[in-house]
Order: sequence, then C-alpha cells, then structure tokens
Amino acid sequence: MAVTANPDSPLLEIEDLRMQYRTEQGPVNAVDGVNLEIRRNEALVVLGESGCGKSSLAKVLLRTLPRNAGRPSGQVRLDGRDVLALSEDRFRREVRWVRIALVMQAAMNALNPVVRVGEQVAEPLRIHRGWSRRAAMARAAEAFEEVGIAADFLQRYPHELSGGMRQRAVLAMALVTDPDLVILDEPTSALDVLTQASIMNVLKGIKRDRGTSFVLITHDVATSSELADRVALMYAGQVVEEAPAEAFFTAPAHPYSQMLMASVPRLRQEAAPVPIPGRPPSLQDPPAGCRFAARCPRRFERCADDPAVFHPDERHRVRCWLHDAGGTG
Amino acid sequence: MNTRAQQEPLLVADDLQTHFELRQWGFIRTGTVRAVDGVRFTLDAGEAVAVVGESGCGKSSLARTLLGLNRPTGGDVRFAGQSLAELRGAAMKDYRARVGYVQQDPYGALPPFMDIRRALEEPLIVHGIGPRAERERRIDAALEEVGLTPAAEMRGKFPHQLSGGQQQRVVIARALLLRPKLIIADEPVSMLDASVRVEILDLLHRVQREHDIALIYITHDLSTVRHYAGRVMVMYAGRIVEQAPVDDLLAAPQHPYTEALLSALADPDPANARHMREIPAGEAPSLVTPPPGCRFHPRCPQAMAGVCETRDPPDFHPAPEHRAACWLREPE
Repeated sequence: MAVTANPDSPLLEIEDLRMQYRTEQGPVNAVDGVNLEIRRNEALVVLGESGCGKSSLAKVLLRTLPRNAGRPSGQVRLDGRDVLALSEDRFRREVRWVRIALVMQAAMNALNPVVRVGEQVAEPLRIHRGWSRRAAMARAAEAFEEVGIAADFLQRYPHELSGGMRQRAVLAMALVTDPDLVILDEPTSALDVLTQASIMNVLKGIKRDRGTSFVLITHDVATSSELADRVALMYAGQVVEEAPAEAFFTAPAHPYSQMLMASVPRLRQEAAPVPIPGRPPSLQDPPAGCRFAARCPRRFERCADDPAVFHPDERHRVRCWLHDAGGTG
Repeated sequence: MNTRAQQEPLLVADDLQTHFELRQWGFIRTGTVRAVDGVRFTLDAGEAVAVVGESGCGKSSLARTLLGLNRPTGGDVRFAGQSLAELRGAAMKDYRARVGYVQQDPYGALPPFMDIRRALEEPLIVHGIGPRAERERRIDAALEEVGLTPAAEMRGKFPHQLSGGQQQRVVIARALLLRPKLIIADEPVSMLDASVRVEILDLLHRVQREHDIALIYITHDLSTVRHYAGRVMVMYAGRIVEQAPVDDLLAAPQHPYTEALLSALADPDPANARHMREIPAGEAPSLVTPPPGCRFHPRCPQAMAGVCETRDPPDFHPAPEHRAACWLREPE
C-alpha cells in the first residue's frame, strides 16, 4: 500500500480516456471519453454488454493492448500521477503488477501447462520484486491459502486442478505482489454457480482483510452485485450511468440501466425478464446524439444532441437528457 | 405417481446408465466414468423440463444419450413407447428427425463454409424431404418463425456474418425443420451475451408452446428455469437428486444440494456485497470414483453419520409430484 497518499484521495482517476482500434473498415472507438474514479478499498463494477468497450478499458489501464490499438488519450492518474504518460519501462517497473494487477478473461485457461502452478503464481514476485525463489514460493503459499487452495497444490500442474481451482490460482497470482488495485475481467463467467459464489466470497474476504480496491468488469448483473460498492454502466464506448450500488440496483436513473435491470432473469420474482429490443450501435460509426436513443422508449427531441452528464445525487452521474434539471426525469 | 399418466409419456428414462471406459494405450482398462448413473424420469408430450446441474454432473452426457449419440450402457430410454436400444438404421434416423438438438456453442454448430440455406437444407435432404420447392418453403417458414427476416436475405448469409444470437436462431430453425416432438437444448444461451439470452429463451419457449413440442432445457443457471420450464430436475454426480414442479422446488427444496444451489444464487441486490454466501465446501466428486452412499454426503451440511455415507438414498416423495433422493426425506 502506498503510504504517502492521503487515504481519502481517489486511488485511480480516469479522465476523458479515449482509445481507438485501427481496422480495415476504419477506426473503432472502443473507449470514447470515459471518466471514472476508484477510491481506496472500493469495488467499482464496470457493467456492459459485449462490445461496449469494457474489456478495452481494462486493457488500456494495464497497457495490454493488441497491436492494432491506437495510442490512448486522456489521463489515468494513480495517486495523482498520470501513468498514461509513463514510458513502457517505468510503467512495467512501477505500475503493472506492482500497484495494479489484472485477472484477464479466461486467464485460468492461459496458465502454462508445463510449469507447476506454484512457480507461475510466484513469478510476479521474482520478476517485479526481484525476490528469491524460496521467498517467492513462501509468499505464493500464503496467497494460495488466502484464495482457498491448500498450499500443497503449488506443486501441481494446471491440468491437475479443476476450473474453479485454476481461477483461484490466477487470483492468487494477481494478489501475490499485494497490489492496491486488482482489475478482474469476467472472473467467474465460465464457472458454475457454486464455484462462482465461492470465488465472490474470496474476493469479498480480500477486500475486507486487505483493503484492496477492485474494478470488476462483467456483463452479469446478479454476480456484480456481490462485490459492488459502485457501478458504472457502459454503452457503446461511454459510461452512461455511474452510481453507488444501492442506487444502481434499486433505482437506476438511465433508461438503459432500467431496461437492463428488467432483462435479468430472477429466481425470486414472478415477473418474467423483458429483453431489450434492438442492438447496440457500431463503434465504427456511432450515431450522433445519445447512442441509446434508437432503442430507448423515452427518447425525445433533445436526444438528437449528445447528452450532457447530470448529477441526480452526490456521486451519481447520468448521461441522459431526462435528468436535466428542467427536464422530465 | 403421475396424475397425467392416462397415456404413455413421450419419453421415459428408466434407470438409464451411460458409462465410459477409460483406457490406457487404448486397451488397458483403468476405470469407468459413470457420467449417467441410474437416471429415472418421464416427460409428457409438450412438456418443458429443465435439467440443472454443475459442469461435470453428467447433464450433457444425458443429453447425448437421449439423442442417441451415446449408447446407454444400462437401463433404457423409451420414446413414444419404443425402446431406443432397439432402434437401428432407418428407425434411428427417423428417431433423430423427431428429436431436435440445440447445442451450447452456436459458433461451432453451423458449418462455416455453408450459407444458411445450405445448412438448413442439409437435414431436409438427409431425411428425404422434397422436392426442392418444398424444402425452400420450409426453410423460409423456419427462418421467419425464429425471427430471421427477411428470409430471402438471411438465406444467403454465412455464419460469420451473423451475431451469436442470430446463429443460435439458425440452430433453433434447424431443430424445428423436421417438425420434432422433442427438442433437447443443451446450455443454449450460456455462450451468449446476457441481453440476448432472454430473447433466445423466449423464442424457445414460444416455439415449444406453439407447436406443442416437449423441451429438455439443460442449464447450470437456475435463475432462468422459472420462466422457461414447468418442472426441474436437479442433477448431481450422474444422478437426478431432486425433481419437482418449478414453483415447488423453489419454494420448498427437499435436497440439501438444491438448497445449496439456491442459496448460492444471487438476484441483483446491493445487500449481496455485505455478506458472505453459505457455500458447501469442496467440489463435485469424480465420476470415476464417486463417494459411496449419497454422493453429496462429503459436502452436505446435514449429513447423518452412519446413514448417508453407507447407503445410497432411493427417491422419496415428500409431495405428490416431488421426488428427492435424500435420507432426510425418508418417511418416519
């Protein structure tokens, strides 16, 4: 943990972040003016359908972008310092896996099949901290216990572990350097209900015991509520609503958020889920004005203009004209 | 036991077993995977039932056995009164025409080099449906039925030009083409985006009702069964441990495993983040060496010493249409 920073100042601030992919059909605006703030010991859920730019956001933050990605613009400040401007070398030494770790989508299937999992979990410590093998393995054993795997599994190969255990091992790998922030991209989407729930329990425990901050990227509304302090909903490369979990799950403000909540199948509710008609727009050539307008039952003339961001409450932001103080929202 | 038992059910699985032999170097037997191990249920014509279970519980092996893709190693499946084991050649082909299959991965279900028309015409040709104009008519009707319109335009597309949801619609259209009596949908939406899942489930539900097709909906996601199935069967380690009408199962689960599944499952709620969930320890057992007695006993919070680890629980009937394989439900 950084000791110099003021504990009340945000850990990570993202300001007007933009990133394009170059494709044969022209540029794709995957991240298109995102503003977010993550505080210490806070879990921010970034929610959205596939293709909304949420995984690209994670890749920008950790600089794990593919070759066809353009240079991101905007600012990403970690403890007030712009890390987007750092050289790759300094970013690797000072940020990636030292302060911010990433659990990529399907990472559990990316473990090296011919290396014992213990070695792989210890690797970040040896590379980023220069620890000896013995010390790194000892710490990896602790991380294993923390995520709920017996330490003797360190000697196993990935194929000897179940899917749930491999996901825990990947989580241990992200925690082993004791980062301030862990970014999780769909950490439970390939897992069973019971395994999912127990991994969410592990994350809750780590947040409580270590004070780690999380960015949880997912399309799964129900699972996201297991960890969320705050929720940012993305649509077509932009954040359309950002709110405390309480407000988002009980009284969402953006029409898209409301329709998304109504589309979730619920076990303990009579009402059948209602699908959202239509498809998200192309990120190559997003429509002018509000990007959700074509699917929105409450659109009106003003939606032809790009919506401003309104604040219905403190720390609650909505990109929708309905919430203009003079509007009908 | 079944109030609708006046007529023969559409499908009967009677102590069904599908075991796979594990061999080393192709000939030394090293074990047996008991993927389906004594499954009993009946399915009425036009009925929708969900099979719920974790991965590795044998639910896909059950699907493949019911489809005739795996031969059962024990027990029997009867479809419209006829045993599947007796079906050979033309009779098996005829059976396959009456049972549609919607698999998990739409991206792998459609041949990438065939346009939609060819992919849909193939089963019609195989089953000798003609002439060509009749096949074209059926293809267009099926595409319209699943909402892929205009059909004339969709016919010429290739799978890679379609979204995952559209591909799954094509797979459903293909399953409907031969006018089946039963559709087996194995995790039909787990690879799709959350917002598309409900659309596809709605579609399956609608065609199932409109054509009075029976549906076996296999899923790991209990939260979707409520609106898309009338009855639920919960599978654990190769067996059905509980089956009941959906509302009964949700309101009063009788098997501790079902209780665990229900308590692990979140509906969106900000309160979820404030407490830990009760999850039974451990993982689903190996199907090669399942535990003796009740297969859930090593993880069961209510296991009774001297009973659950030694004796295999039979099905008890806590309510008329409710069955649970658990010693806790043994009548006094």
